[in-house]
Amino acid sequence: MKQLFVFIRKEFYHVFRDPRTLLIMFGLPVVQIILFGFALTSEVKNTDILISDYSQDVQSTKVTQKIKASSYFIVHEAVIGNREIENTFKKGQIKCVLIFPPGFSNDLFHNGKGQIQIIADGSDPNTAKTIINYLTSIISSYQREEFPAAATPYQITTEPRMLYNEDDNGSLNYIPGVMALILMLVCTALTSVSIVKEKELGTMEILLVSPFKPVMVLIAKAVPYFLLSIVNFSLILLLSVFMLHIEVKGNLLLLFFETAIFILTCLSFGLLISNTTNAQQTALLISMMGMMLPTIIFTGFLFPLENMPWIFQLIANIVPSKWYFIIIKNVMLKGLGLKYVWKETLILIGMTCFLLAIALKNFKIRLQ
Amino acid sequence: MKKLRFLLQKEFRQIFRDKTILAMMLAVPTIQLIIIPQAMNFDIKNINISIVDNDHSSYSQKLISKIGSSGYFRIVSNDISYQKALRHIENGSADLVMELPNGFERNLIREGSQKIGVSVDAINGSKASIGGAYLNSVIADFNAGLEVNQITVPTQPGPEGFVDITYSNWFNTLAEYKFYIVPGVLVLLLTLIGGFMSALNIVREKEAGTIEQINVTPIKKWEFILGKLIPFWIIGMIVFTVGLIVCWIVYGIISVGSIALLYSIAGIYLIALLGFGLLISTYSDSQVQAMFIAFFFILIFILMSGLFTSVDSMPPWAKVVSNATPVTHFIKIVRMIMLKGSGFSDVKSELAYILVFAIALNGWAIWNYRKTA
Repeated sequence: MKQLFVFIRKEFYHVFRDPRTLLIMFGLPVVQIILFGFALTSEVKNTDILISDYSQDVQSTKVTQKIKASSYFIVHEAVIGNREIENTFKKGQIKCVLIFPPGFSNDLFHNGKGQIQIIADGSDPNTAKTIINYLTSIISSYQREEFPAAATPYQITTEPRMLYNEDDNGSLNYIPGVMALILMLVCTALTSVSIVKEKELGTMEILLVSPFKPVMVLIAKAVPYFLLSIVNFSLILLLSVFMLHIEVKGNLLLLFFETAIFILTCLSFGLLISNTTNAQQTALLISMMGMMLPTIIFTGFLFPLENMPWIFQLIANIVPSKWYFIIIKNVMLKGLGLKYVWKETLILIGMTCFLLAIALKNFKIRLQ
Repeated sequence: MKKLRFLLQKEFRQIFRDKTILAMMLAVPTIQLIIIPQAMNFDIKNINISIVDNDHSSYSQKLISKIGSSGYFRIVSNDISYQKALRHIENGSADLVMELPNGFERNLIREGSQKIGVSVDAINGSKASIGGAYLNSVIADFNAGLEVNQITVPTQPGPEGFVDITYSNWFNTLAEYKFYIVPGVLVLLLTLIGGFMSALNIVREKEAGTIEQINVTPIKKWEFILGKLIPFWIIGMIVFTVGLIVCWIVYGIISVGSIALLYSIAGIYLIALLGFGLLISTYSDSQVQAMFIAFFFILIFILMSGLFTSVDSMPPWAKVVSNATPVTHFIKIVRMIMLKGSGFSDVKSELAYILVFAIALNGWAIWNYRKTA
């Protein structure tokens, strides 16, 4: 036991003597959680649209005023022809053109039907859809106010309630996602590199011939990174609460327990990578460049997993961060207890055991 | 010039001898470009809805079957109480709960209006808002089709005040997401390859100690940097070409705009990116450091560049950050040229940004590279 502590101390010295790596380890999550917490949002706002008003009459001005009053759009006004619309889109600033044909008011009052045409830049289809939705609902509300008689007399209306997110915070979904992403990549990369580095420098040989049990070498390697990752997580959590004003609804103890399991999963994965490679460069390429995109995609915080082809949904199941993301979303944002996440927790524990078993089985006591 | 030729020869030999790295640079992006966009699908369909029908009337049944047949929704459960339905949202099997109150049909016919409760799992904002909008449009449709409305309102539109909205999506009539994401992923992969590989390069020589040997030769600073830059530039252009071919064969996306323009801008972008990698390389002492720094920046590049989320919606300070990354501008240009056929005059301001990056980053890298150890 005493030996183990001595070795753990050695590992801590390694970590603390390399201030740049330490800075990266703590600075990276902090900067990123702040950056993404504020910047990533699924909302569409401040979009530039152009209103091309051929009629310039009372009603078209009213509609224009109503659109201008909403915070979604920055409205530009110019009367342009079809050919110019294409050129405007090609410049890229304007995302949507709304056209009032000549005689809008006249049509509205005398023919009973006024036309508005919306042309959206479909090269960004999601923004286009959202803009069309917003504009349509603004125009419908104008219609209801101006012409209550035209509405159908029997109406079902919906009373929407936003669960778990009353303020409609567009970045809420991204924060647990970024947490899972950062923990996964940083833990895995650091652990795998710390062992491969000893192999490269030749000091692994010395550790292995010492009376210290080889398995203990691995444990001693893992402990400092485990503790640092927990500190790291606490830091991220504090930032999300105090800077991003995310309310932690669930049990804090449970949150830390789940995070500890997830970190263990990542550490075991890092150990496994380090067993199979002999060069730092390869270990890094696998754990960072190779894993970055799959982790971003299969965690499910950017793209809904259920829309993917079944084969990808299957692949996503073996990505630990997917399960952690579900757990942390349920516990932190929805305030649910262990009763709701026991399945995911068991899966993470199972993964950890499985990865550890393979890693230990492949752990070679001899280098050559 | 002759010295440069020898340097290039050396670099190329080094690259071609390491088969893993070569495979990593060429095969990995191709495979990822084929696979990844299939997984990136923002088209929101199959919204899971739980329905609580407290009325059990013919109208409520009609509304439910209308929702079920709309194609957007999958009815996962019919629950007897709101509490039960909420359970489905809690365990993630439903995104929406719609509650039809008791007396739904009676109130609708007697009083002419009836409110129904819709609870949305709002953690995933885009899914919540689009799901809500779909439900509203299905209900609006249902309203218009109600028999009572058919009787009281004449079939032709009323005497006044009906606004008819027509809309169309240009450049992408069916509003398919792949047109948006595939060029973006191509840029992303190019960035990963160029950024990581060049960041590791000089550091590797530092760690191996071979940089000393180069430092004592009469090779000039710019020759050394150029010797490192050119091979990766060529590989980057090959990756870009392969990527464009994949776009064409797998996704049927052919650039609407000028290919020559696309290539020349890609060339400048690669120079900027490689300069960035070399700069990291000159600042770090070990490959691990270089990798982490590169990782730090590239993750920011990816998430801030507007690849997945709109830059316009970011707060002003984040827009500044976003504009300070070369990737943002290149993604914008590639999308503009490939999808809309924008010409040189449309992209020149974005191009100016990339040019500034290319000059500044490379200048900095050359300046920071010391021939003393």
